[in-house]
Amino acid sequence: MQDKSSDKSAEKRKIKSAKIMREIMTTYYLDALTAGQNSKQVAWITSGGPVEPLVAMDIIPVYPENHSAMIGASKMGEDLCSKAEDMGYSSDLCSYARADISCSIVKGGPLGGLPKPDMLICCNNICGTVLKWYEIQARLYKVPLFILDTPVCHTQYSPEIAKYVQAQVKEYIIFLEKITKRDFDYDRMVKVGKLAVEAQKLWKKILNTTANKPSPMSAFDAFFFLALIVTLRGTQTAVDFYTKLLEEMEQRIKEDISIIPDEKYRLLWDNLPLWYQLKWLSNKFSDHNACLVADTYTTAWCSALNYTDENDFLNSIAQAYTRIYLNIGIDQMADQVLDMIKFYDVDGFIMHSNRSCKPYSFGQMDIMKIVQEKAKIPVLMIEADMVDPRSFSQSQVETRIDAFMEIIKQRSN
Amino acid sequence: MIYAGIDIGSNTAKAALIKNNKLFGTHVISTGYNPLKAGIKVFKEVLEKIDILKRNVTAIVSTGYGRATVDFADKTMTEIICHGTGAHFMNSKVRGVIDIGGQDSKAILLDKNGNIENFAMNDKCAAGTGRFLEVMAHALEVNLDQLGDFANKADSPSKISSICTVFAESEVISMIAAQHKRENIIAGIHESAAARIAILAAKVKIKEPVIMTGGVAKNKAMIAALKKRLGCEITAGKLSQENGAIGAAVLASRL
Ligand code: SF4
Repeated sequence: MQDKSSDKSAEKRKIKSAKIMREIMTTYYLDALTAGQNSKQVAWITSGGPVEPLVAMDIIPVYPENHSAMIGASKMGEDLCSKAEDMGYSSDLCSYARADISCSIVKGGPLGGLPKPDMLICCNNICGTVLKWYEIQARLYKVPLFILDTPVCHTQYSPEIAKYVQAQVKEYIIFLEKITKRDFDYDRMVKVGKLAVEAQKLWKKILNTTANKPSPMSAFDAFFFLALIVTLRGTQTAVDFYTKLLEEMEQRIKEDISIIPDEKYRLLWDNLPLWYQLKWLSNKFSDHNACLVADTYTTAWCSALNYTDENDFLNSIAQAYTRIYLNIGIDQMADQVLDMIKFYDVDGFIMHSNRSCKPYSFGQMDIMKIVQEKAKIPVLMIEADMVDPRSFSQSQVETRIDAFMEIIKQRSN
Repeated sequence: MIYAGIDIGSNTAKAALIKNNKLFGTHVISTGYNPLKAGIKVFKEVLEKIDILKRNVTAIVSTGYGRATVDFADKTMTEIICHGTGAHFMNSKVRGVIDIGGQDSKAILLDKNGNIENFAMNDKCAAGTGRFLEVMAHALEVNLDQLGDFANKADSPSKISSICTVFAESEVISMIAAQHKRENIIAGIHESAAARIAILAAKVKIKEPVIMTGGVAKNKAMIAALKKRLGCEITAGKLSQENGAIGAAVLASRL
């Protein structure tokens, strides 16, 4: 009897939109894999790169980072990363890069490799690793590479930075015209820009629904639903999907459907997830009645909304793409974290010190100190990697999470 | 009422009993290959030692790396809360706890009521853990429990600069080849471990009085090296090794 009713409640808790999302992503990857047959061009682009001009030009954007995350989630990271090491790449190199580089050669991974690119678009607003990574791929595939260089805004977006990046956005358009041998479609760009802004606004609203107690979804769901705002930003598909997802979340709030059975504690997560351990981690937290309600990572895809002008999208790209979470100073990052702690009313903050992602992990110690001082909540740092499980020790991480939860429980008594 | 705590570490299994909020008995055995068997054995033997029956024990909490294998425990808890609680139980003034375990080292900051305010543990690296000392003792052909005596006889401690246990081991081997005095190398090993622990203590902003718990607390040279490095007084009780099990028993009484 009891089993049946708990099965029923688990079924009720499931997010229905997940199925639609899987279908959309399958279609997207099929389109990309068959692009050549449909005489469409494919561009590989970094996760923080301005994708909208590509969409406006009917070029299919493909994200090696999203693909590497899939490799991690399919637990194929260790194999592909060690193959890259066999090719001579250092084990200190980002595991997204290692997985992608070796996958290009051995055609492994869940898709048997990504479709061959016609061009590469690299924006270094997320890190410096992508520069070398994309240069390697440009040599391998013998295709043109466009680099958008966005200086770090330690304190502010200066007029010099603005001028410098804006000039590059113009070059970007010229680059696309040259490769597609077509004029840039400025009218279409206006529409795509509006759709991109709309999708980001929806994404923000969706993430904000977890401020509700109990939370209708968790950061683990956000990690999953993120794929669309990354890959299909600027399309009607993304807007339609997120409209439905938002409705579902609002309905769940109305019906008091929480993502974990008995939410008592709320946590904030920093850095990329551990793609190969999502299930274990989410069970670990829900066993403690803790819900990971928000994270700094998925928020990055709407944090630059303030700088985006939907009526003058192309001209606001420079600023919006330069001032993203990983390209700002530590103090501003800490401010965003403190805002999130307040908004989501969390009891603890977990920081994943990610061996792969240096720009994300460097500076975490300072953010930790600031948060401990100002928010006065417990902070835990765990060491791991997003794709390479060899940098993760389950029993060590388990002890740290258990101890952290004991402190949070002790405090709430 | 009687409560039990069982601490299954990577080297030793410890059990403690408390009765009417007073320590009632403790026992230590080596863990061996099978942590579940070690748990059963150490519990059985502590009961025999005090001469009470299992059914008189109201609740059991298990802790340590093998905590999940103790299937007869009512609850499992981590070493952090157990060591913190044990230290506070033995001396309610204690604010800082340093524990060097086989796999993990930790620094714990307690508030006035014995609640955990903060903790820090070693990163994935084994440097500064009991394992580090074991590897070094092996390389130097010294028994683990003699390490401290050797270190105390050093005249000029060797400087070990590698952080990684594996690199430090080869550094030690090259020192042996270069005919450094064994006592000096061993003293250097203690200083190197103390330097790692000091980082953890700094992370939690440790407060005095500080006590050291865990098996390594029996090593006087280690305490001396830590005192020097942290610049504060550090003491260790007679039951430092049993401290985690004692804390587990106290927590069992609060279930
Ligand atoms: S280093 Fe970080 S930002 Fe750069 S590609 Fe790797 S995960 Fe992404």
